[in-house]
Amino acid sequence: MADSKSSLDLTLNVWRQTGPDAPGRFETYAAKAIPETASFLEMMDIVNEDIIAKGGEPVAFDHDCREGICGMCSMVINGMPHGPKRGVTTCQLHMRSFRSGDTIWIEPFRATAFPIVRDLAVDRSAFDRIQQAGGYITVRTGSAPEANSVPVPKPDADASFMAAACIGCGACVAACKNASAMLFVAAKVAHFNHLPQGRPEADSRALGMVRAMDEQGFGNCTNQYECEAVCPKTIDAEYIRQLNRDYRNAAAKEVVGI
Amino acid sequence: MPPLVQYLIRFYQSSIGKKIIVALTGAALMGFLVAHLLGNLLIFSGPEAINGYAKKLHDLGPLLYVARAGLLLFVVLHIVCTIQLVKINRAARPQKYAVDTVRQATKSSRIMIWSGLTILAFVVYHLAHFTWALGNQYHDPGMARYWVEPGVHNVYNMVIDGFSVWYVSAFYIIAMFLLCSHLNHGFSSIFQTLGLATPRTRQPIDLAGKLFAWGLFLGNISIPLSILFGIKS
Repeated sequence: MADSKSSLDLTLNVWRQTGPDAPGRFETYAAKAIPETASFLEMMDIVNEDIIAKGGEPVAFDHDCREGICGMCSMVINGMPHGPKRGVTTCQLHMRSFRSGDTIWIEPFRATAFPIVRDLAVDRSAFDRIQQAGGYITVRTGSAPEANSVPVPKPDADASFMAAACIGCGACVAACKNASAMLFVAAKVAHFNHLPQGRPEADSRALGMVRAMDEQGFGNCTNQYECEAVCPKTIDAEYIRQLNRDYRNAAAKEVVGI
Repeated sequence: MPPLVQYLIRFYQSSIGKKIIVALTGAALMGFLVAHLLGNLLIFSGPEAINGYAKKLHDLGPLLYVARAGLLLFVVLHIVCTIQLVKINRAARPQKYAVDTVRQATKSSRIMIWSGLTILAFVVYHLAHFTWALGNQYHDPGMARYWVEPGVHNVYNMVIDGFSVWYVSAFYIIAMFLLCSHLNHGFSSIFQTLGLATPRTRQPIDLAGKLFAWGLFLGNISIPLSILFGIKS
């Protein structure tokens, strides 16, 4: 048992919902003696064990690698996707970021395009459908190509890499007041469009992924950049500007038929 | 349907396509606001200057109607696209968060639809006030005060009389504040949506937007304020 200095007693208001179409509501749980070294997900595990011990249904939430790279964990913690720390996923958020006695509101990502599966778990396959519309390049299959056979200028490689850091968690959608997926789409388009390997499909990628995004029921970007403030990979809204440019050019070419 | 029209419709139907239309029409309307303000400021050069300017505008004849039709088209496109976008935005987040937080969105960016709708209400009022002369005698041929000569409006006296009513000026000033709040977010948004801002230019663009909005606000309210405080009469 952790001593009182390094443990926290918390009150949790957790969104409970039994299925996609079931009505949801907040349930209050006491989280007692949570070690400050626990991650937020471990805190949820402790609370769930307590719920199970009392014969209740544990809170469903998404998680996988628990080391900040898979993009599975989600949750909106006190109104902030992935919690109060900048550039951190929920799994890498530790309880030392909270104080004993705190009340924490835990909600699922809320967006029509991310239907709730159960409790805090949402279905983010809308992102997969956007990826399928342009998140690929055309390459010769077979043996691996010789490394460095295609020269890539360092600034382009860096710009692509910064965008490729996107783990597709959906925090950008959760934070946007319009539930817009522009930062995600911008990162996925920029990831390829900055590289010579991605140039052949640059136009069709921008057009295809934006159209797929529109079809999923996401909202529209209103240039407020709440997304970049919560992105656990701190992807810059500059990529949205680049997506606007790429889409503008591609659409203009498509309209006149170049 | 010709392919050109098909692809234009496809462009319009996309989220970024509508946003580009909002940005372009917004930029055009900003140009109009600057021209309108510069024309109005002629009031400080005296009755002859602004009445002469008004007569020149009127003498444009059919061209004036082309300009008006263009303005009306821009306004309609700007509003229709925006309302369609806002409807999609609302549908994308039907269930609000219990804890609503704002991280870095500016106040002006968060009230765009409301500042915009207030401006629309103001524009209708403004046209009724000065262009259609509803509820006043500005177009009454018997009112010599409002005519330089038959067929030529005395705009100077219309403005002085209009803004001498304190609540007219108050509504005008409030509308101008919301207009300039709208422009503050609109200015930098134009550059972002058209893909023109870069990391290096973003800050100067934001600053230029603030200066533009404040400049337009102060320029516009200088007219009712100087009338209310009796500097111009």
